[in-house]
Amino acid sequence: MNKAELIGMYRQMVLIRKFEDQAGESYKLGKIGGFLHLYVGQEAVGVGFISALRPDDYVIGAYREHGQAIARGVSPRRVMAELYGKKTGVSSGKGGSMHMFDVERHFMGGHGIVGGGMPLAAGMGFAINYRDGDQVVVCFFGDGAVNEGAFHESLNIASLWGLPVIYVCENNLYGMGTAINRASAVPEVFRRAQCYDIDVESVDGMDLLAVRETADRAIRIARKEHRPRFVEATTYRFRGHSMADPGQYRTKEEIADYEKRDPIVKMRAYLIENGFFTDADVEAIDKEVDAEVADAVKFADESPEPSREDLFADVYA
Amino acid sequence: MPIMMYRQALNLAMREEMRRDPNVYVIGEEVAEYQGAYRVTEGLLQEFGEKRVVDTPISEEVIAGIGVGSAMVGLRPVVEMMTINFAILALDQIVNHGAKLRYMSGGQLSIPMVIRAPQGAGMQLGAQHSQNLESWFMHVPGLKVVAASNPYDAKGLLKSAIRDNNPVIFLEHEMLYTTKGEVPEDDYTVPLGVADVKREGRDVTIITYLRMVGPVMAAAEALAAEGIEVEVIDLRSLRPLDIETITDSVKKTHRAVVVEEDWPTCGAGAEIMARLQETAFDYFDAPIYRVSSEDVPMPYSKNLERSAIPDEAKIINAVKCTIGRECKLPIRRSTEDIMKLTD
Repeated sequence: MNKAELIGMYRQMVLIRKFEDQAGESYKLGKIGGFLHLYVGQEAVGVGFISALRPDDYVIGAYREHGQAIARGVSPRRVMAELYGKKTGVSSGKGGSMHMFDVERHFMGGHGIVGGGMPLAAGMGFAINYRDGDQVVVCFFGDGAVNEGAFHESLNIASLWGLPVIYVCENNLYGMGTAINRASAVPEVFRRAQCYDIDVESVDGMDLLAVRETADRAIRIARKEHRPRFVEATTYRFRGHSMADPGQYRTKEEIADYEKRDPIVKMRAYLIENGFFTDADVEAIDKEVDAEVADAVKFADESPEPSREDLFADVYA
Repeated sequence: MPIMMYRQALNLAMREEMRRDPNVYVIGEEVAEYQGAYRVTEGLLQEFGEKRVVDTPISEEVIAGIGVGSAMVGLRPVVEMMTINFAILALDQIVNHGAKLRYMSGGQLSIPMVIRAPQGAGMQLGAQHSQNLESWFMHVPGLKVVAASNPYDAKGLLKSAIRDNNPVIFLEHEMLYTTKGEVPEDDYTVPLGVADVKREGRDVTIITYLRMVGPVMAAAEALAAEGIEVEVIDLRSLRPLDIETITDSVKKTHRAVVVEEDWPTCGAGAEIMARLQETAFDYFDAPIYRVSSEDVPMPYSKNLERSAIPDEAKIINAVKCTIGRECKLPIRRSTEDIMKLTD
């Protein structure tokens, strides 16, 4: 990867972090309704995978997907406007935090039912093979999804039929407030996929370059050989499950330990140590991103709400 | 005009649509090598190959998910659920995903998918294989629900459903598969949302669909011999509902009976009756009666199964009630009556 690509990936992580922090603030101000699941801490997984894709590949996420949408090139303005429930939002204000769609960019949603995106990803992979295409699908889900039937049905059929889907489990160790060892008889997620004869890989999801390397490999193999891959990216969310999370199930010490492994700090250190940029560049990026996020908020604030007529639009095609 | 079986008419609809559009494919349990659990997909594998006629593992959730996901990117799946009872395992993909993706995406996506499934009782298959679940799907905005009662409609409606850009639940009936009727060989379609007046009459309107059309027509014949002229409407589509046709009929007859094979509680008939009292309240000379299956899980025993579902005698009884002739109400036992048995 060249310097511009490395800095671009770093910048995306910073943008997602600042965007999500701002979304949290806007939520507290009552500007955002419903549930809000922030991606803070997990940025390296989304950026690492999505940066490795072609524009005609597909991305499908779960309900912690704002950051993935941004990584896929969806404008922060339209993501923020969606959170604000505005007509200019990426899903026209009909989806909200959990349902970001940008079909033009092949960002196939935000899905709110745990594990629900996994069969859909298989379906998109099926369509690729049906048309003799060479695209791939990257499907993100959390460790909470691995005990759903959809997980097992999807992995079985993806392996059986050689579907070009990369299933990426973002293992942040907690399904909502339940630690993985309290939910999974086999807490090593990758082992669950191995029994479907799928090649698995485990990667440090706090390390952007490690994720990217894994992503490049997984995508190359899935594309070339038309078979699924399974990646367990171990990561950590620095914020609660949602804004309503009382946070009683994790210790302050645990959170502090993971914060020391902040993927943005790690990548910044790498870039500086290797002479790709300087402290001044870091500041310049921060400033630029701050302005971009402020612009997104302004856009969302000033955008019109959907009309009563919009309520009835797009129930049917 | 050729005479063919209901299942052959469905088969022909799929063949014609698959020949017309390479994006149409058929997927489900035993649809290919086995030639279809009810032989509806017979011969499709031989004509179209394994890429377009796809056998699956027994994994209903992911079968529906393959349908929805492939429709998201432009294919036109025809998903066979071996019976509607198994679609319960796929409800998450159908209801939480297929029905909502267009709306949640602000109109960016469409899901041109058909889920075909037989439902209903009559073959002594017991409680888990005999259900009628139309109202479950009718309840969901974003879905269309279609029910074909005869071979002509089966072909025409299925072709319309395959060409429709929305998820369509296409209900068939196990007892109808071998029934015969005239089916044109040309490329006709039957539009969704349009009911069929099967028989005109001035005294009572019977609103029905799917397998109940048969016993209703027989009942109408018997009643005509007694001088009671029944108008019979086969809904063909349950969502959207052709409320105009049934309202017009009721304005003429001033009386209505709904005949359905599903359970009465929150069933399709309940919706039809609610709609009619909004559109035609002032025209009614009698309460609307409902003939449905009894509000019990389907039993196995032949005589109990027969007793649980509507038949000609029950339909005649209900019609007579609406016109003030001697009848044997109550037509069915309510849940509350049934619960008293355990007191």
